[in-house]
Amino acid sequence: MKRASDSVDLEKIRREAKKAWDDLFSADTLVCTGMSTCGISALACQTQDAIKEELSGRDFPARFMKVGCLGLCYAEPLVYVKKIGMPMVCYGYVTPEVVPSLVDKAILGDDLWKERALGIVDLPDIKERSAQTDIPSIWDHPMLKPQIRIALRNCGIIDPESIDHYLARGGYSALAKALITKPEAIIEEVKGSGLRGRGGAGFPTGMKWEFCRKARGREKYLICNADEGDPGAFMDRSVLEGDPHSVLEGMLIAAHAIGSTAGIIYCRAEYPLALQRLDIALRQARDYGLLGDDILGSGMDFDITIKEGAGAFVCGEETALMASIEGHRGMPKTRPPFPANAGLWSKPTNINNVETFANLSAIINRGGDWYNSIGIGRSKGTKTLSLAGAVRRAGLIEVPMGITLREIIFDIGGGIPGDRACKGVLTGGPSGGCIPAAHLDTPVDYESLAKVGSIMGSGSMIIIDEGTCIVDLARFFLTFTQRESCGKCTPCRIGTRQMLGILEKITRGEADLSDLSKLERLANAVRNGSLCGLGSTAPNPVLTTLRFFKSEFEEHILRGNCPSLVCKDLTSFYIDPGSCRSCGICAESCPAEAITGQFKEAHVIDQDKCIRCGVCISVCPEKFSAITRKSGKKVVQCI
Amino acid sequence: MEAKIRALLEELPGKEGALIPLLQGVQSTLGYISQDAVEAIGEVLGISESEVYGVATFYSEFRLFEPGEHQVKVCLGTSCYLKGGRELLERLSRSLGIPPGRTTPDGRFSLETVACLGCCSRSPVMAVDGVVYGNLTPLQAKAIIADLDE
Ligand SMILES: Cc1cc2nc3c(=O)[nH]c(=O)nc-3n(C[C@H](O)[C@H](O)[C@H](O)COP(=O)(O)O)c2cc1C
Repeated sequence: MKRASDSVDLEKIRREAKKAWDDLFSADTLVCTGMSTCGISALACQTQDAIKEELSGRDFPARFMKVGCLGLCYAEPLVYVKKIGMPMVCYGYVTPEVVPSLVDKAILGDDLWKERALGIVDLPDIKERSAQTDIPSIWDHPMLKPQIRIALRNCGIIDPESIDHYLARGGYSALAKALITKPEAIIEEVKGSGLRGRGGAGFPTGMKWEFCRKARGREKYLICNADEGDPGAFMDRSVLEGDPHSVLEGMLIAAHAIGSTAGIIYCRAEYPLALQRLDIALRQARDYGLLGDDILGSGMDFDITIKEGAGAFVCGEETALMASIEGHRGMPKTRPPFPANAGLWSKPTNINNVETFANLSAIINRGGDWYNSIGIGRSKGTKTLSLAGAVRRAGLIEVPMGITLREIIFDIGGGIPGDRACKGVLTGGPSGGCIPAAHLDTPVDYESLAKVGSIMGSGSMIIIDEGTCIVDLARFFLTFTQRESCGKCTPCRIGTRQMLGILEKITRGEADLSDLSKLERLANAVRNGSLCGLGSTAPNPVLTTLRFFKSEFEEHILRGNCPSLVCKDLTSFYIDPGSCRSCGICAESCPAEAITGQFKEAHVIDQDKCIRCGVCISVCPEKFSAITRKSGKKVVQCI
Repeated sequence: MEAKIRALLEELPGKEGALIPLLQGVQSTLGYISQDAVEAIGEVLGISESEVYGVATFYSEFRLFEPGEHQVKVCLGTSCYLKGGRELLERLSRSLGIPPGRTTPDGRFSLETVACLGCCSRSPVMAVDGVVYGNLTPLQAKAIIADLDE
């Protein structure tokens, strides 16, 4: 068995791994499929099976490999094909139905099937390049070109279940380097890099490590926060599913720097694939001697266990997370004492986010100054962001700090589908805010986002168009925070409930203008009085929407009108008899059985039965578009 | 039940912090946390039933009712909410005849909501028995369930 007892051994193993990696691209045809949860949800497994099936019986030697998420989630399933002597081509939208053409044209044919190609996956280890063809490099794709990929360097490139692939791409070399460096010097390097915690608060990582290093105690814990509770975020999932060893290597470097012997990864149970790939990675690292006793002959002992979260947003908060590991209800504690002095089981504890760890090996290998040269102001380096909502190219990206929201939405994301107007962007999830379209030139860095009342948070970005009602959105977030409030402190427990009550009143058209000032007063009280970050940031979505979209609140209150036609109590649906072709799809889909109509006869919605769920609008064929919405009182429909 | 819990405990490093992993262990074998399980865990760990119950109800992962043969989880994260997650839920809830958080009387399906499956780039999504389906319309969602029912 391969086991590295020192760094010389490690280099030997790496050389073998590199050779196997290079061979992958020169022997036989290679077919890679993007198989993260996003790809799998787009039927990537069925696609791969279909390719195997098509090729079986043809005596055509081919190798198959799974890779993580390259970030172009909108075009999934993604398949890369590397034929001998040709560059590796990435194809998008390869659903199982497309497979026969893919096999015919891209795999068996001499052609590269240019029409369907998203780009050439140029890797340093593949000698056939995009320059040989008229297909551009994938790295010049509009979604990838503005990116700098550090935390995501291997995502979508290597098989996440292969430690050899990670090694072949230089993995664990930073660990070997760190182990022969004094912990204090590593802390200085990380401080010099300007890296700040990617879990939300942006606390300088090097400084946090120093506190823990200096804390008294022989046993120190190191925790990786993989709770990713923000509904709308999937960066950490993608890193764990696409390149789990990068997180382990980061943890090992941190463990050496602070003097920890026990590591824990706290990962949410909603991410079964991430948990599975982490488990595989941990076993491989142990087998290779990269976890356990006397790692690479340095005398350092360190191992990592996985703790599965159990579905509570507040458990992403560090003190609540530790309470949860200890087996209690996940309720935060007052600080001080800080975890660095008394954390898990009252021992000194250092906690960092998945992405924070994923950046570390690059910082150790290339130096703090290099990392520090990327970014802007006090926000250094890159940030991974998840793009979703009303955007053409939804997916996962990593950009240098300081890039503007406009560049992200329009250059990278390709703008809003249907050329609708962008209304704004939500950053920081339920703890963040809604930044209106007028502020799209705001740079993405910790300070600039705070200036417009939002936060960077974990990096989720959800783009909204005119179809989103701001009041309903604020209500959605408060429903979430109110439900997730752990109940320990009064301002958060009662305050979020009262705020939600007012917001619901507004969406029903029953509020008056005095409710807006009440809402604002409450929001400030909750912000100032809450024990932890959940409560103190919960008012952000309300405060930013009140600041930037007040007229929309007033429209609901004064005129009973929801301009985006979302608030159920203020909207009714009806079928335009002139456009209806009586196809019956709406009647079949209507969960309330409120739609009736005969063959060749326009259908009608019974307003008393209608629950205004909007299913009919979503299913009415676009060429008919017979269903419309009106705000205000119910429309009586006559035929 | 107590013997089962003791067996689960054997696989853990110790009693410290064992409560949540035990609950997870029970849920993954039994499908939910039964009254017996609450009692047995309290007994084995030497803590009160109310403490076990308090922890079990704090976390949304734990189910206190028997789930259906097939577990349908509709995602209501921000992106799914904005892109039609509610409509999926509404449609499934009506066609299964149960509100979220319940199991059909024949025990075939249970319907739940989930805060986020982290699959926002393919919203709206749902998970059926752990398999995530993306970019769904209410009718497609209904069809996936109907296929399973055959
Ligand atoms: C309500 C709440 C939820 C949080 N959720 C997460 C989370 O899901 N992931 C995370 O890394 N940090 C989360 N945090 C931040 C953590 O408390 C902590 O600051 C972070 O894990 C530290 O790591 P970092 O310095 O690398 O960012 C949350 C904080 C609060 C107040």
